Amino acid sequence: MSQRLQDASQEQRGVSREAQASWALGEVVAVQHASVRRGGRTIWQDATFTMKRGEFVTMIGPNGAGKSTLLRAILGLMPLAEGDIRVLGRLPRRGNPALGYVPQRRTLDAHLRVRARDFVSLGIDGQKWGLPLPCISRQHQRFLVQEALNAVEAQGYAERAIGSLSGGEQQRLLLAQALLGDPTVLLLDEPLASLDLRSQQAIAQLTAQVAHERQLAVLLVTHDVNPFLPSTDRLLMIARGQVTIGLPDDLITSERLSQMYDAPVEVLRDSQGRVLVFGLQQTA
Amino acid sequence: MFLAALWLALASLPALSWNLFADAQTLLSYPFMQNAFLAGSMVALVAGIVGYFVVLRSLSFATHALSHIGFAGATGALVLSLSPVYGMLALTLSSSTLIGLLGKRLYGRDVVIGTVLAWTLGLGVLFLSLYVGYATEAYSILFGQILGIGQQDVQLALWAGGAALLAMALIYRPLLFASLDEEIAEAKGVPVHLLSVLFLLIVGCAVAAAAQVMGVLLIFALLVTPAAVAERLTTRPPLAIALSVAFSLLFTWGGLAVAFYTPYPVSFFITSLAFGTYVVVRVVPIIGFLVARVRRRLAPSPVTTEQMSLVAFPKRGVR
Repeated sequence: MSQRLQDASQEQRGVSREAQASWALGEVVAVQHASVRRGGRTIWQDATFTMKRGEFVTMIGPNGAGKSTLLRAILGLMPLAEGDIRVLGRLPRRGNPALGYVPQRRTLDAHLRVRARDFVSLGIDGQKWGLPLPCISRQHQRFLVQEALNAVEAQGYAERAIGSLSGGEQQRLLLAQALLGDPTVLLLDEPLASLDLRSQQAIAQLTAQVAHERQLAVLLVTHDVNPFLPSTDRLLMIARGQVTIGLPDDLITSERLSQMYDAPVEVLRDSQGRVLVFGLQQTA
Repeated sequence: MFLAALWLALASLPALSWNLFADAQTLLSYPFMQNAFLAGSMVALVAGIVGYFVVLRSLSFATHALSHIGFAGATGALVLSLSPVYGMLALTLSSSTLIGLLGKRLYGRDVVIGTVLAWTLGLGVLFLSLYVGYATEAYSILFGQILGIGQQDVQLALWAGGAALLAMALIYRPLLFASLDEEIAEAKGVPVHLLSVLFLLIVGCAVAAAAQVMGVLLIFALLVTPAAVAERLTTRPPLAIALSVAFSLLFTWGGLAVAFYTPYPVSFFITSLAFGTYVVVRVVPIIGFLVARVRRRLAPSPVTTEQMSLVAFPKRGVR
């Protein structure tokens, strides 16, 4: 019994030493044999992957597969049942300044009469207790907020109430707010949900551009890979409790996707490498 | 600022001496008016700040319910021959904790609050029938009795108000963050559930204090209306809070001053000032919009007469 306990603790230490080593290799997120359970049900298990600085990873998978759960686990909002996650070599914890997070959006309340600029500036010090002291750093703060607004090209509506803005505009502001914390890793949960085609392209391009300029690692959830395909380095696929990572070309195949969605799917590619995914009628 | 607001309030009265400074002096020479101004100002200050977040977090109904729940506490305290404030504080604080624990996202929260509210109001009626003292006590719980407020109640209002102010200063930024986007705030390390409970406790404190001035039925006029007015005027949170405080102070001082020179109750004037201001801020933009539209229609448009005739007589234009 005591032997087994010792083994277990050694194994645990071994995992973390591995993770520490991976941090030295420039890996900003390291997931080792991680599993998550909720309400007695295993959402996914034995997830193992790493993300390097500046790497763009796109995550796909059917509804309820646990894509958002993976983001929440990295954020430290969801405890692991097994395994180990390291963010910059450390255990996940709430309020980690290395992470910028944009949750899935159901659009902000239309009656929220708060200026966009004020909303964005909460990204700097929104989590701090006490009143902001009126000192010299205010000038610097204002500069940082303006810089973030410029980065997402939101200067035109920075003075308007966030509730009155369109979905695409709100998405840009959320990105600006996440950038203000000066993160190393960006976690985006369905940034294209409920956007029209034009805004989808614009947000996808903007995300890629910002990530490239600032050398941010990006892990984003999407249902449509096409807008992100040009910038995606690797694809993360979650389905049926399994987490798979690989190159987009290797994973987006009729066979893989049929397996993932548990329904016959056909993948076609056009001359520009864009993929068309068809759900086929099931023939008895 | 104080005198300016007072001047504004007094200027509206026809039958006053022209020396407003002397008027203010007479007003404040009575101890009961001093007490009223002291307690009223503190309550208005707290209500203005707390109210902004009540409006932002859509907690108007919860706030209203808290005050009615406080009614049961106050009448219960009367039956036990205690000061109503203590009973009120006890019930509002315990039910704030409960409502806070229900969380922001829970579906049907308003139904739960409403159900509890109806029951506690029933309790209040029972206590009232058990109470054998003067009916004026019950009346003042419902509609406020700021002019009859005692030294002890002033002390209590100051302490409760001071505590609420301190707590608000401490949680201001995370509360604003959590009110605007709970999920991001949580990921940033803000303890959103704790904040939700903490804020409702502060609301409970503010409600108990404000009930001294306005009575449980009229609390909305100080705790929600000034913030709702301020929110219409600006989208910048610090400025909105400052405006909200300014309005609630103005309503309170104005109401007190007008009531001093008339035989009618203070609560009526405070609620009327609040209501009037709210109507003005809601109606003026609509009028402005209509006026602009009419002007646009009346103004000579920068099109040529030829084009005009095309529009007016399209057939001739085609020909």
